[in-house]
Amino acid sequence: MMTSTALVLLMTPALGFFYGGMVGTKNVLNTILMSFTTLGYTLVAWALVAYSLAFSPGNAIIGDLRWAFLKGIDLAGSQPLGPTIAHVVYMAFQATFAIITVALISGGIVSRMRVKGYLLFITLWVICIYGPIAHWVWGGGWLGAMGALDFAGGTVVHVNAGMAALAAALVLGNRTNHGRQAFLPGNVPFVLLGAGLLWFGWFGFNGGSAVASNKYAALAFTNTFLAPGACMVVWSMLDLTRTGKVTAMGVATAIVVGLVAITPASGFVPPFWGLVLGGLAALPSYYVILWRARTRVDESLDVFAGHAVGGATGAILTGVFAVKAWNGAADGLIAGNPHQVVIQAIAVAGAAAYSFCGTFALLKIIGLVTSLRASTQEEALGMDPTQHGEEAYTSGEGAILVLPDAGPEPSLEAAEARA
Amino acid sequence: MKLIVAIVRPDKVNDVLEALYRVKVRGLSLSRVQGHGGELERVETYRGTTVKVDLNEKVRFEIGVSDHFVERTVRAIMAAARTDEVGDGKIFVLPVEKVYRIRTGEEDTDAVTPVGVA
Repeated sequence: MMTSTALVLLMTPALGFFYGGMVGTKNVLNTILMSFTTLGYTLVAWALVAYSLAFSPGNAIIGDLRWAFLKGIDLAGSQPLGPTIAHVVYMAFQATFAIITVALISGGIVSRMRVKGYLLFITLWVICIYGPIAHWVWGGGWLGAMGALDFAGGTVVHVNAGMAALAAALVLGNRTNHGRQAFLPGNVPFVLLGAGLLWFGWFGFNGGSAVASNKYAALAFTNTFLAPGACMVVWSMLDLTRTGKVTAMGVATAIVVGLVAITPASGFVPPFWGLVLGGLAALPSYYVILWRARTRVDESLDVFAGHAVGGATGAILTGVFAVKAWNGAADGLIAGNPHQVVIQAIAVAGAAAYSFCGTFALLKIIGLVTSLRASTQEEALGMDPTQHGEEAYTSGEGAILVLPDAGPEPSLEAAEARA
Repeated sequence: MKLIVAIVRPDKVNDVLEALYRVKVRGLSLSRVQGHGGELERVETYRGTTVKVDLNEKVRFEIGVSDHFVERTVRAIMAAARTDEVGDGKIFVLPVEKVYRIRTGEEDTDAVTPVGVA
């Protein structure tokens, strides 16, 4: 479990590179930092409050505060959801999920959000939105009680993040030149690097979600390998038929969409169906990305298409392909239990609705306290120099060292005297 | 003929290109340059090192035009590149002694008139 925690942790910097490569060079630091800062702000909010709200028994809607401020989180198996591991490790493992979920949202709002508002947002969102939804599905809430299957977070992490990104993009508004100017990726190799590291980390995400080293972990681990591969094959063939080219951005996106889709299903479906699920998942996300680019909505890096659509596809297909003989929990449609598909759809709809409305309201409230949106001039210069006072790729030319004692002004006489 | 040299903000390049296209200015070159035009200096900090950044990214347009095109070209650039903040750039209009089109050997006004325009 500790190894899995470390693997999932790596996914957040990886996501930073995945997103950072997709923006221009004057916004790359800001975009990567939008992921990195969750490792501080979201983590602290999680440890102090959100973990307890999500994973303590509480009621059907939300947990209580018994484990707030890390009180009572010990080295024994006192967390009923992880009785065989130290409670501290369970809290840490789940923290990595909360962190990456928040980081995912940033893809919808790159290159235009002020830092103060963002830091406030990532601190409060994990408490107000992630905590309740994680509780509904995993912490003893109403969706879990209804029998919704979500092995590693298709609904809790991906549908949730995708809907939140859409809501955030609507609150923030479009980038100034959206629809008039092409926003091209500044560093496609970063995108591929990020996708590769995400895949690596995802073995901990899905495998670790068995919360034990057992056969379910083995199934989830293998499905995490198979589904993205199948998704990449289908996606690149769609690319090939549409444009005649297999694209690097397409391959990187397909890996992530395949991973998103297998997430809820990984410990529930037999490996053959995991492969099929990964392939099928390419279709809706591929076409939603094409469609989104033609709309007026600047949900910049397609978190909705990749994660909300991909996560919903995976969650519903979990209800189709689940086999009780493999997962010890429930059968799906192909094993003769069509009702599971309905339960899955309710879980997706419930989480999507709360995430969208909650995120919209939260950002509106934060907007009353501090201005969320960078000015047009700040946008023109880029978020890196205006928000962080740094540039990703410095030349050193024209940079004058600021020293406490600047010394005398340069004079021609002094230069001649030296010579 | 004149050579119009315009220094503009990088984020205004698209607007300038669009404006030039609208007034039928078709031949141009552009290059990325660094310059200083009285903007407020920007301070950046990297760990303990603080620097003032004096040079800003700009884009330089070079456009060879016949005399009666000068005014519309200048007006198009000025309208498109203006933000009213210090750092919008400059436009220089320079006399040109001689122009040749390499492909045909045409000279002067003929050489700066796009193919197919009377």
